This record gives sequence, C-alpha cells and structure tokens, in this order.
Amino acid sequence: MSSNRDIDALIDMMAKLPGLGPRSARRAVLHLIRKRALLLTPLADLMQTVAATARECVTCGNVGTSDTCDICASPKRATGELCVVEDVADLWAMERSGVFKGRYHVLGGTLSALDAVGPEELRIPKLISRVTDESITEVILALNATVDGQTTAHYIADQLGADLRVTSLAQGVPIGGELDYLDDGTISAALRARKQV
Amino acid sequence: MEWRDHGILLNVRRHGESSAIIDVFTESHGRHAGVVRGGASRKIAPVLQPGAQLDLAWRARLEDHIGTFQVEPVRSRAAAALGSRLALAGLNAVVALTLFCLPEREVHGALYTRTEQLLDLLGQDELWPLAYLRWEQALLEDMGYGLDLSSCAVTGVREGLAYVSPKTGRAVSTGGAGEWASRLLPLPEVMLGQGDASANEIAQGFDLTGFFLRQKLAAELVHKPLPEARDRFVALANRLAQA
Repeated sequence: MSSNRDIDALIDMMAKLPGLGPRSARRAVLHLIRKRALLLTPLADLMQTVAATARECVTCGNVGTSDTCDICASPKRATGELCVVEDVADLWAMERSGVFKGRYHVLGGTLSALDAVGPEELRIPKLISRVTDESITEVILALNATVDGQTTAHYIADQLGADLRVTSLAQGVPIGGELDYLDDGTISAALRARKQV
Repeated sequence: MEWRDHGILLNVRRHGESSAIIDVFTESHGRHAGVVRGGASRKIAPVLQPGAQLDLAWRARLEDHIGTFQVEPVRSRAAAALGSRLALAGLNAVVALTLFCLPEREVHGALYTRTEQLLDLLGQDELWPLAYLRWEQALLEDMGYGLDLSSCAVTGVREGLAYVSPKTGRAVSTGGAGEWASRLLPLPEVMLGQGDASANEIAQGFDLTGFFLRQKLAAELVHKPLPEARDRFVALANRLAQA
C-alpha cells in the first residue's frame, strides 16, 4: 500500500476503469510514476484537454471534440445511408472496419420493457427527424443480435414506415468461426440466411 | 444449499465486470435469481438470451442468499424469436409478465409447464396468438384471478355463456345478463374452447384477459402498471391478423 494519499486516490480512481481492479490499478499507477516524463505528464495533459473539449455530437450522438463530429461534418459521408447503432463503441467498431461510408446515428441504448427504457429515453425521435431532414434513402439497423436489440430494430422499422428502405445486419457464422463451437441459435440463424455459392 | 433443475431464462443483468445476475423460471423452485460467474463474457452471451432453456445448478451457503448458478444450455429459442417480429414481441410479453407477476421462490409448476410449451411454439406465428391467450388464462388462474367459465353465475346454465362479470370473473349467460349486459365484458367463444378461433375472437380474448390482468392483478396484487411489452404484443398480433 502506498503511503501517499494522492497516489492512493489515483489508484482508487484507476480501479474504477473497466478492465482494471485494485491490483492492476496499483500496477498501472506505479508504472506511470516510474515513467513520469514519458507517460504520466503527457497523459495528465491529454486527460485535461479531453475533459475540457470532449462532447457529444448534436446530430449523431458520437463523441468528439466539437459540437458536430467529423463524420457528420464531412460532405463525403452524405451518401443517403444512415447506420443506426446502439452505442458509441459500436460506431467506432463499424468505423474500424472502414467499409461503411455513410453517416451514423447513436441511439444510446436499446428499448427494454424490464428496465423501463422507452423510445423517449433513446434518440429515436431525433432519428426520425434526421431521416426527413437529411434525405436519407436507406437506414441500416446495426443493432446487437439480442432480444432487446432486435426489439428495438423492429420498433424503429415500424416508426420509419414502409416507404423507406430499412435493412439490418446479417446474422450467422463469424469469420474464423468453427461450427462445432457455435451455439445452436447462431447455427439456426446462419442456416436461415444461407446463400447460393 | 444446492439444487438442480431445468428453467427458462427471463432476464440478465450485468453484475460487475464479468458476472451476471440472471432471473430464471424453474419447475420446482419457481422464479429464482442467482449470479453466473463469467456471465458477462462473450462466450456465454448467446446462451444467456431471454427464453433460453437451461440446465441449472444453484448453490449458496444459506438458503436466503442469492447464490450462484452453473448454467448449461438445453435449447436456445433466440433464433426462433429473432427470426419473427411476432415471436420476438411474444417472447418479450411472456418474459415481462412472468417477471411482473410471479414472486420469487414460489413454485408454479403448472404455469411453468404451460410457459415451456408456449415458448416451444415460438416462430409458429399462426398458432402463437391463440396459444398465448390460453397462457394468459393459465397465468390469471395461477395468480388467483382465474376466470370461471364453467356455468352462468346467475342462472347456473352451461349453455349460451356470452359475458363475464368484471367483478367476479364468472361467466354469465345471455339470459342471465338481462339489462346488466352492457356492464358485463363480452366472452368470445374461443375462451370456451368453441368456435373457429378467428382473429376477431382472439382479439376479444386479449381484451378480456387484459382487463383482469390490468384491473385485478396489476392494480390489486402487484400495484404497478402492466408491462408495455404485453400491449405491444397484443397490438402487433391484432395488426398482423387484420393484414
């Protein structure tokens, strides 16, 4: 245990981060202190900067350093396709793939009857207004393949109406997946969505 | 303390970074909660989807502890549920109503069997609305608000039953209703196991069970409004039937 109250407080704060417990937080703090010039000071400066500038994009809900994120600000991304995701982490995952060239809309969660999360708690009304305002031609529902995720997808599809093309991500065998290790739900979904080779 | 049973997964909540607290409906132990170590991992996520049939081993030091579950998948219903809009809405309604109505650790063996049978029909959209209506009837009965549709509450006759008393839940015949008919709830033939179980009759059945779920069970027993998932399912089933 460290003898300094500030260092203890730093360890306690670090231990609250996802993936870190008290032991790993202590190790991380010790590492930062040992590499003060290389890691600790730049990290502290960056954290201060991000704390001052990070905000939610007013249009899509992505996290950036200005009111409108880079994706929403870019005219190249105005393809008429809008990808709806549950969380900012999902948006970043889609961006990492580099495949989707349109814009995003972050819901901020999924509908859940049990947790009393209704459409008003999510950014669904904003999504509906964006579809009209931005002349969207296709909405891609990239929501999790869970009961809550798909319930939300059906609800959004109902709200958007039949005139708009609304699609969802395919479900099936992941790249590198071995059938022997897949659960029977995934195998059923994959079989249902089979295609001609 | 430990036991082993089969059960239906009702709900999963994350507990800490790696564990989950699950709610299951079991045959011999009723609705029961417990911690699943590693339940938040990606490996087990497909198994812990609402509606899944699980083999459960529960263990705790004392009986009133929440305890831990070891879970093994028996069969997944996720693919059937996610493959159909009606099935998904139906699964949500069953799970929400079960969690809403049943107290923890109270055995409801007959209702468990009905629930398992109902969930095994997920994906068979043409059968589901009627099966669900029968399940709601069984749920009301298990919770002490069962409809007595055996004979007329006024005259005792077994024929011509056309209404249900909103106060007692007992059937009333056309003759017995007399001038009180407008104050009684219509009883569709499908609730008596008669007729062709048309979409209109099933919709009337939903109105009837909905009345008792809302006015009796929710208001008098649970003291909370009925889960929206039930209304969403009924609205969807009625809409699809009209289309």
